[in-house]
Amino acid sequence: MTSHVLSQLRSLEAESIHIIREVVAEMQRPCLLFSGGKDSIVMLHLAAKAFAPARIPFPIMHVDTGLNFPSVLETRDRWVERLGVQLVVASVPEAIERGLVQEEPNGSRNRIQTPVLLEAAEKNGFDALFGGGRRDEEKARAKERVFSFRDDFGQWDPKNQRPEVWDLYNGRVHQGESIRVFPLSNWTELDIWAYIEAEEIDLPDLYFATEREVVDRGGMLFAVNEFTPLKDGETAEVRSVRYRTVGDANLTAAVASTAATRAEIVEEVAAVRLTERGATRGDDKVSEAAMEDRKREGYF
Amino acid sequence: MSTETTTSTTTAAQQAIDTSADLLRFATAGSVDDGKSTLIGRLLFDSKTIFSDQLEAVEQVSKDRGNDYTDLALLTDGLRAEREQGITIDVAYRYFATPKRKFIIADTPGHIQYTRNMVTGASTADVALILVDARKGVIEQSRRHTFLATLLGVPHIVVCVNKMDLVDYSEEVFETIRKDFTEFASRLRVPDLTFIPISALVGDNVVHRSEQTPWFDGRPLLSHLETLHVASDRNLQDVRFPVQYVIRPQSHDARDYRGYAGTVAGGVLKPGDTVRVLPSGLETTIEAIDTADGPVAEAYPPMSVTVRLTDEIDISRGDMICRPNNSPAALQDIDAQICWMDESAPLVQGKKYAIKHTTRWARAMVKDVKYRVDVNTLHRDEDATEIRLNEIGRVQLRVTQPLFVDPYRQNRRTGAFILVDEATNKTVAAGMVGSLPHAS
Repeated sequence: MTSHVLSQLRSLEAESIHIIREVVAEMQRPCLLFSGGKDSIVMLHLAAKAFAPARIPFPIMHVDTGLNFPSVLETRDRWVERLGVQLVVASVPEAIERGLVQEEPNGSRNRIQTPVLLEAAEKNGFDALFGGGRRDEEKARAKERVFSFRDDFGQWDPKNQRPEVWDLYNGRVHQGESIRVFPLSNWTELDIWAYIEAEEIDLPDLYFATEREVVDRGGMLFAVNEFTPLKDGETAEVRSVRYRTVGDANLTAAVASTAATRAEIVEEVAAVRLTERGATRGDDKVSEAAMEDRKREGYF
Repeated sequence: MSTETTTSTTTAAQQAIDTSADLLRFATAGSVDDGKSTLIGRLLFDSKTIFSDQLEAVEQVSKDRGNDYTDLALLTDGLRAEREQGITIDVAYRYFATPKRKFIIADTPGHIQYTRNMVTGASTADVALILVDARKGVIEQSRRHTFLATLLGVPHIVVCVNKMDLVDYSEEVFETIRKDFTEFASRLRVPDLTFIPISALVGDNVVHRSEQTPWFDGRPLLSHLETLHVASDRNLQDVRFPVQYVIRPQSHDARDYRGYAGTVAGGVLKPGDTVRVLPSGLETTIEAIDTADGPVAEAYPPMSVTVRLTDEIDISRGDMICRPNNSPAALQDIDAQICWMDESAPLVQGKKYAIKHTTRWARAMVKDVKYRVDVNTLHRDEDATEIRLNEIGRVQLRVTQPLFVDPYRQNRRTGAFILVDEATNKTVAAGMVGSLPHAS
């Protein structure tokens, strides 16, 4: 006789699986947004679990900014191959070429990927997009629903969200409208890592510490490579670093770390004193309401 | 399921996933001035959940505003509109963990116009924290929050008598509030009621025991939340398994597989159990309970599993698996309490809505508005014919097809439903099934 108490990681897993199944049961054409980062990988892993032994019954979409770390693409392709899932690629460079969006002066493609995402979703008729966002990441996310309604421009209206009671999700939409679904809403960064460790989940090697050539820019450590070459007057140094988030290669900084295995990362994350985005993402530092503004425009 | 090569040995991490701490969801409600945000900030801060960049930002803003204390309430500030207006608009979710438990806080605004947000937060909560300002005592808002928490079936209520530092940590003040509150609560169904004297601002009895309240023999808030027994709140007696999705792989190696995926809503399911499937009423046996990690010996709430049955019977989403001698009621006429959540139109007698109950959608007509409850005085207005935004009422619904329901008091999953406006697709009401007709 067991106590019939589910551990918190199993509770989170069960909740995510419930959400993913609910979307597939109720929506016409769902799609999972896959960035190659740890959260979208965990989400994909959960999707595979939700339908086993059948295959995942929806495609995944990668909004390719053209600024990917090579190991992220390799990891993406390994997952696609292993799960036999259909991959849709929405290309930002291609969208720049045909004039849908314009390169921003600061070189960030974070904002211009939104129109590319929205266009691809519309073209494919996706009425539900799974995203790996977590509520512990950021203030605006803390108030977003699991089933987050978007109007026919893909916009989020924080003041006009559907009430979400119990686990009775309402995905009903009119033609052109859609929902974003966040199955990992209640996971924290530490939960994600503890789960990755327990489930031995395959990640890009960027997440693991090794000696890399880096340059220190205002406390942020950028790897010296084709995306972030040394500027005049800068000197590179070799340090043991790893990535806590994997965004665009020209914007994502590494953190000093010696955590080279999943278990060591769990320990490190448990002790760490800076938020993920605060530590490593140049793109989120713009203003206090940066994320809220981007979400209103249709960003994740 | 390990997505990499499977090995026969289990690592410590793999075991830890099943033995890790459990989860406790609690809801807080309150307005800006009763110290709710400060209390949450204090819990996050004293449990070392706050990151240093967040704390620095808050310290800077406090300094800029000329505050004497670091305003921990700023930690829970959300949207820009809220910062501009100095109010909380919506439910915000916060997370923290101690070695004993992971906590999910549904942080909801306290004003009456945000009743629907509080209902949202309370719907899944194990515990409701009610804040009472020690200087003001039990006020209308405390009563409203408590009423809503009990309406939503929150099994544990913790009353934090806050700002004890402003009443000289007076035992007498605390006892008066305890007495007033207990008297009021006796009119409601409160299975478990606890009182704690705190000061969120300076930290008395939040995480650490206060030396200012030697007369208080209870535990500080966090320690109370860590040890509260919530496992027995779930219904483990009545087997309820709403079928969510039918898994039928279209592949060579699993061609004959047919499994019914879902989340256990009540009871404990085991292979070999005789089960009845509604609405057909057919009986069969559980062949196996699958997960992606392999079969399990039993399934209980809130596990998400896939059930296989020995006989091939026609089962689809929205069907309910239960036990032959223990079924939910199959009802088309439903008596329920509802909280109305739509600002654009009230609930009116005779109108039709879409209804979602477990995994089943149907249509429902409001046959009768029996009464409307004043959430502040608990007074029932039996002449009411409509229920407006943030109001609670009792209604009689006629549904197009039978729903397999239990009274909400017996099961918070199979006793709950939502109403959806068919024109706007908005979720307009949260509903709780009341008493069932006799001998049906």
